[in-house]
Amino acid sequence: MHPAPSIILFTSLSGIGFGLLIWLGLGAPYVEGWNAFFAFGLAYGLSVAGLISSTLHLGHPERALKAFTQWRSSWLSREGVVSVAALLIMAPFAFGRVFLGVDLAILGWIGAGLSLLTVLCTAMIYAQLKTVPRWNMALVPPLFMLFSIAGSGILVMQGWSLALMLVVLTVLQVAYWLLGDQKFAQAGHTMETATGLGRIGSVRLLESPHSGSNYLLKEMAYQVGRKHQLRLRVIALVLVGLVPAAIVLLVPDLVGRLLALGLHGVGLLASRWLFFAEAEHVVGLYYGKR
Amino acid sequence: MTTLPETTEKKLGLVIDLDTCVGCHACVINCKEWNTSNYGAPLADTDAYGADPVGTFLNRVHTFEVTPAVTEADRQVIGESPIAQVVHFPKSCLHCEDAPCVTVCPTGASYKRTEDGIVLVNEDDCIGCGLCAWGCPYGAREMDPVEQVMKKCTLCVDRIYNENLPQEDREPACVRTCPAGARHFGDFADPNSNVSQLVAERGGISLMEEQGTKPVNQYLPPRQKTLADMAAKNSSFQGGCGAALEAEAKDAPGFFGWLDKALEKL
Repeated sequence: MHPAPSIILFTSLSGIGFGLLIWLGLGAPYVEGWNAFFAFGLAYGLSVAGLISSTLHLGHPERALKAFTQWRSSWLSREGVVSVAALLIMAPFAFGRVFLGVDLAILGWIGAGLSLLTVLCTAMIYAQLKTVPRWNMALVPPLFMLFSIAGSGILVMQGWSLALMLVVLTVLQVAYWLLGDQKFAQAGHTMETATGLGRIGSVRLLESPHSGSNYLLKEMAYQVGRKHQLRLRVIALVLVGLVPAAIVLLVPDLVGRLLALGLHGVGLLASRWLFFAEAEHVVGLYYGKR
Repeated sequence: MTTLPETTEKKLGLVIDLDTCVGCHACVINCKEWNTSNYGAPLADTDAYGADPVGTFLNRVHTFEVTPAVTEADRQVIGESPIAQVVHFPKSCLHCEDAPCVTVCPTGASYKRTEDGIVLVNEDDCIGCGLCAWGCPYGAREMDPVEQVMKKCTLCVDRIYNENLPQEDREPACVRTCPAGARHFGDFADPNSNVSQLVAERGGISLMEEQGTKPVNQYLPPRQKTLADMAAKNSSFQGGCGAALEAEAKDAPGFFGWLDKALEKL
């Protein structure tokens, strides 16, 4: 799949932002006054920046409000509804903490739940697609949610529990790669099933429908991004969890945390780039590609 | 609503006969012609006369080569190698009963009609997110590069019910124009319709069945070459053709025969 920078940024930024909202909503850590101001400011900043960036790849962003209507069937619509609900419900909670020193804990709990649901919806947009076997796995939602909770956890969690969570995230990431690598073959889609000609014999593309490219090839059979697959996997493997975990254990102060978060961010972007670039859409079979 | 109807009164769709299609692309062109000037936004072409032309099409013809699977015993009969078949393969929206493109739509722009099962896009509601194209296994949806809305086959909804057109034109443009008669339009919900009968007689196939989309459009498989066909073809390649040509060159009649013999004597 074509790795659109706006989608990669959106899922990464809003993932960390909503993750931070989960922690703050649960009161872990309990912040007030200026601390709360900066904490909520960062959480809202990242989530909203992510949501705005997600509208950048739309053909008609001016109609974006219509996307709130189909929550009964569409995960994309659910994501929109739940994310806005999370931000709205967290607002009075944050206001109370920052300006009034009041703890509207119940709103915090609801907001935290909605924030986690937002990340689940984001993941389900991809995990629901049978057409992209690598994404069509039960592992994708937990992976996205753990990315969100552990990534933002670098700012709020402590020592060994944080390190352990980052290691678990790394394990989940590796599991996603290993299982994902087999998923297309397991799903059983081939040029023979795509054309229904398998009952005669083996199929190959003799001529493409056109000499140039088209929307489908650019969007679904985009292969450039896979060029540095192995290198990017190594970068993500090391930076997503292992190096940040070591840093937060060795340098347990604010500088250490920020450095760990920065490196985790690079790992996260590499991981998300691969999430899209490695994903093969079944329509490629009609073009003799994957 | 982007929830799918439980059932539809009719199941309008196409039967495409892969045995008959000659790959002339007339359906592609007539589809583009009709749909660029009627329902919804026109189908754009960018850089049409330049180095990198890209355009929106609702119907495209792929050409595949199928090599029959043969056993070692078969190979003894047919000689050289199995004879591959060329199959021209038009592909457009299959108007699936369980259309994954509809349920993913966040705005309700995509919908499947309860009355006839046609899957359509209301372009005024489309935000151009592209998720429906991701959800379609068949590549039936293309984002228009100029209008930035999703385009797809409408089964020529503006022809098939159009009372301003003479009766014979009230079928999809691709079907109307096919010079080989490889495309058929009808109601799959009616077991006696032309399309249902063709599918029953010829063993219609669904594309990528394992996706669970239950496509309405069906394909009639090309007639398989028999072992005898392949053997005959192989022998005509090797012995047959070559021998015939040689024989002709040896005893050519008339002027050329005389010239041939006269030159040999020199």
